[in-house]
Amino acid sequence: MVSAGLTLIFGMMGVLNFAHASFYMLGAYFAYSLQGSIGFWGALLVAPILVGLVGVVVERFFLRRVHHHGHAHELLLTFGLSFIITELIKLVFGNYPVNYQIPDALNFAAFTIGGADYPVYRVLMGAIAIVMFIAIYLLLTRTRVGIVVRSAIYRPKMVEALGHNVPLVFMGVFGVGAALAGLAGAVAGAFYTTSPNMALELGVIVFVVVVVGGLGSLGGAMLASLLIGIITSLAISIDASLADFFALFGAREWAENIGGLMTLQVSSLSGSIPFALMLLVLLVRPNGLLGEKD
Amino acid sequence: MTTTNTLLAVNDLHAHYGKSHILHGVTFDVGQNEVVSLLGRNGSGRSTTLKAIMGIVPPTQGSILLNDRQLAKAKSYEICRSGIAYVPEEREVFANLTVDENLRMGEQAAKKGATQWTVEDMFAYFPRLKERRNVKAGSISGGEQQMLTMCRSLLGNPLVILIDEPTEGLAPKIVSAVGECIMDLQRKNVSVVLVEQKLTIALKVSSRVCVVGHGQIVFEGTPQHLMEDEKLLADWLAV
Repeated sequence: MVSAGLTLIFGMMGVLNFAHASFYMLGAYFAYSLQGSIGFWGALLVAPILVGLVGVVVERFFLRRVHHHGHAHELLLTFGLSFIITELIKLVFGNYPVNYQIPDALNFAAFTIGGADYPVYRVLMGAIAIVMFIAIYLLLTRTRVGIVVRSAIYRPKMVEALGHNVPLVFMGVFGVGAALAGLAGAVAGAFYTTSPNMALELGVIVFVVVVVGGLGSLGGAMLASLLIGIITSLAISIDASLADFFALFGAREWAENIGGLMTLQVSSLSGSIPFALMLLVLLVRPNGLLGEKD
Repeated sequence: MTTTNTLLAVNDLHAHYGKSHILHGVTFDVGQNEVVSLLGRNGSGRSTTLKAIMGIVPPTQGSILLNDRQLAKAKSYEICRSGIAYVPEEREVFANLTVDENLRMGEQAAKKGATQWTVEDMFAYFPRLKERRNVKAGSISGGEQQMLTMCRSLLGNPLVILIDEPTEGLAPKIVSAVGECIMDLQRKNVSVVLVEQKLTIALKVSSRVCVVGHGQIVFEGTPQHLMEDEKLLADWLAV
């Protein structure tokens, strides 16, 4: 769910930003360093702002210079930046997970389903993600700033000729996008592990979500993240293989003799399902599920 | 020729597209409440002149004065805010936004000495837009898009509006509505620089015409003077 919030601005900007997952990681580390002095909630508030500032600096001094060269340059630049950020984190915090934990006040079960506790913190993460989605949706569709942002992506020159300071708008959007990633990191870092690998782990899945949902589509990102979440968790719970499927036709032995893919459990494939889904979507609907046609 | 109340003065304007030199020193001015048409063949530099004034194609040399304020080095948005509006030939409506949202995009703070426009004023000009206000601008007709772009730019409360080929590809009825609108702008204290292919419209609405050829102004005068100069018409306008 948190990765859903993350994808959103990222798709809206039309900038292929590999460093976005690094902003997510920065959020977690900033929150970790700050929580000692200003508490968990304070850190949750301040860390995203700091990450947002980092984002503004990146846009103003790096991305803006390569923007007119096109997407490939932006991609390379942010790709490089993501390495730099990861290495800096390793230098400062060490190449191992840090002890960033959920505060005890939030560490209890919200309710119990079938003997499994459902942690209250998970509910909180979901709620924050949903609030983030709604806030951005309203901002983009109901306010003038939102209208300017949406049109500036398509016709920056015309928007500027109508009296809007487009570079400033882009800088702001990038900053907000980075801040949201930072918030996601600050929230999720406490639940999962905060380590120098977290950007890498997340980065790939974020790209899948954006591609499946359709580049620049808000609803698409939401739909894709839900879809991927549901399909993977369903897959984990299925304890069957293709051989079981062939058993229905009395061909189990034949299938088991072939082995390989035939005897592979569906649950062990769950990790690769998002990528299979991406492949499928790219083949059938290259613009993504809800992507706009050019 | 200098008018008594010069609003916009363009002097020795040069502009390039990459390495090709398009404008070779365009000089003209626009007075208060004046409609000035830039005429000429395709590729003579009329549209580029408008784009250079607007800062979309940055001028490489020359000056652009609006009420004695230098705009030649300014950014597009600063030029717009200082009181020049631009209606592009390609219309450039925001297809993913509704008609209403497109209009809101154009709104700018009031400027000293400029006429104030409201969305309701726009709907009075073009009632069709009111009916379509909640429709995505990408799905309205070409004529409606043209109305929309003009209205969008007017909502910036400009002193001068630059309009590029407003009647291209439009039905005759809409062409005359656009013509009426331009003449009304003049009465409402907005000056107009018009690039127009249709000579009849241009001559009807303009108080002055400039003929552009090879990136320079080769004639400047009243529509009447232009029509009397047969050699000029044949050489530069192929009439």
